Amino acid sequence: MKIAVCIKRVPVMEVKFAITADGSRYEETGLKYDINDFDLWAIEAALQLKEKAGDGTVHVVCLGPNAAQEQIRKAMAMGADSGVLLESDARNYDGLAVARALAAELKGGAYDLVLFGRISIDSMNQMTGPMVAELLDLPVVTNVFKLDINGATGRAERVLEGASEVVEFPLPAVLTIDDGLNKERLPSLKGIMAAKKKPLEIKPANLDAAQVTVRSMALPAERAAGRIVGEGADAVPELVRLLQTEAKVL
Amino acid sequence: MSFDTLSDPIPALPSVELSAHAADLFNIDAALTEEERAIRDTVRAFVDEKIIPIIGQCYVDGRFPAELIPEMAEMGLLGSSLPEEYGCAGLSSVAYGLIMQELERGDSGIRSFASVQGALVMYPIFAFGSEEQRRTYLPRLAKAELIGCFGLTESDYGSNPSGMITRARQQPDGSWIINGGKMWITNGNMADIAIVWAKTEDGDSDKSIRGFIVHTDTPGFSVKETKGKLSLRASVTSELVFEDVHVAANALLPNSGGLKSPLMCLTQARYGISWGVLGAALACFEEAVSYAKNRVMFDRPIGGFQIQQVRLADMLTEIVKGQLVALHLGRLKDAGNFTPVQVSLAKRNNVHIATEAARETRRLLGGNGILAEYAAMRHMANLESVYTYEGTHDVHSLILGQAITGLNAFK
Repeated sequence: MKIAVCIKRVPVMEVKFAITADGSRYEETGLKYDINDFDLWAIEAALQLKEKAGDGTVHVVCLGPNAAQEQIRKAMAMGADSGVLLESDARNYDGLAVARALAAELKGGAYDLVLFGRISIDSMNQMTGPMVAELLDLPVVTNVFKLDINGATGRAERVLEGASEVVEFPLPAVLTIDDGLNKERLPSLKGIMAAKKKPLEIKPANLDAAQVTVRSMALPAERAAGRIVGEGADAVPELVRLLQTEAKVL
Repeated sequence: MSFDTLSDPIPALPSVELSAHAADLFNIDAALTEEERAIRDTVRAFVDEKIIPIIGQCYVDGRFPAELIPEMAEMGLLGSSLPEEYGCAGLSSVAYGLIMQELERGDSGIRSFASVQGALVMYPIFAFGSEEQRRTYLPRLAKAELIGCFGLTESDYGSNPSGMITRARQQPDGSWIINGGKMWITNGNMADIAIVWAKTEDGDSDKSIRGFIVHTDTPGFSVKETKGKLSLRASVTSELVFEDVHVAANALLPNSGGLKSPLMCLTQARYGISWGVLGAALACFEEAVSYAKNRVMFDRPIGGFQIQQVRLADMLTEIVKGQLVALHLGRLKDAGNFTPVQVSLAKRNNVHIATEAARETRRLLGGNGILAEYAAMRHMANLESVYTYEGTHDVHSLILGQAITGLNAFK
């Protein structure tokens, strides 16, 4: 089985973000980066499929800055076999332009599966996977949280609002992976050491001109401090009154 | 207060949010290789996920979380700097140090387990063992199919191991009979094998000290767990007793000879400790920063008061200095030209500053600082053991004193 996984380098979210002076993007100084969470689950899914099949390859494709090599190496430390970096220093990516660049890279690769995370936790567009599928003229299944591949047929469960559905699809196909499918493995130390010997190709990303431009970015307003209206049963009437009149949730 | 609360489950605290600025003020990250950072981050994730949520409760219960051993082995944390041909990860000394740092960020007891298995059991088999012993034991120790312990210290011979009374007497057929006992043995009650150091001749000379691989199920080998510890409670500490323990000729580590051999092991372990304690110090510092920013007293966060800012400034300064010492020592070790005296300086300094950081954090946390829900007092109590084991602070002072003056204070 030949699997490609598309991953994105995203900032680690456990820091306070600041907006740049021109208001168009977040400040990058002091940020740490990792693989997008949903992409980690896509990598894990690919590795598990390969292990279950007993053979195959997992190839990682990443579009991002030169430093994104670190994320490709991490995927390799987890067990991916090879990787390619489509290098670009663009700050805000245009979804269609990224999808076209990825599709051009994947085209002709004869992959049985192309996996994406359902969404990237920084820009949250959840468009790249479906657009790549469209450009490659492949079936796409989004929000996969259960997956079973049997020969040339796949079976997936998808999350719906308050429900789930089971779909079948022929291979090759594009899937976007939701949380709940698996828990990603930690790279082993031997895996980390082996990763630096695996092939990583770097080439410039051919990005079309952006059609969608981010004009401004803002942080949410600070939440007001909490208020204690009293203690015990005596506080209930006042609490109910405030929930009705002030918070308007009752 | 009621001490019944000690039996309640200890809640896991959410991980601490710190600005990157405070966490790595000197951008030491940039002095690490990409692999070293990846290794550190992997072990950090393991510790955050598996150790920190349970370790407070383990400590209160006096229990080493042995259920984590298979995963630690699977990741390659045991004997990680030994060569790949023996089933180990073949990492640099700096990577090894970073592993120790991250494990001790969880707890000194967890790091002690890994230190003993790697530096005090696997290293002597690698350094002094026959090729057959290496191939027999190292891969199984790396996979934790075997757990090891290291017996050097005796009840009356701690800082002066050359006075040990444990004796191994060779029999006409080449086999050995060992008599004596060892104390303060980490992992003792869990161990399948013990590296036992014994004198092989009569007399006081430490030249006859040799190392032996002794299986703990050998008749005459008994182990008693050391109870009543108020430090390293999440670690197994034991006493070993040997009564006519009969081992085959091939139990001897053939290339061991004299006190120098166990001291070489201790140099490895002390190197790891000089990194490990930085993890405890960082855990305390991060807890102190978080608490100082969130704890309101006199209508504002206590971090706004000068006295707490001095505490935090002192802690961070000493941690940064300790990190630079450990990192440079690691680079020297990888270049093959580090000395035991350098290790003494690093162990002595870093354990000291970590102990102080834990103590100051405990104080900054006020009453909450005595609870197992927070890490500070656990680290503080643990570090008193680390201060004492692997060459006490005082002994390392005298090693440095001798190196400086050329005058030996031990004699």
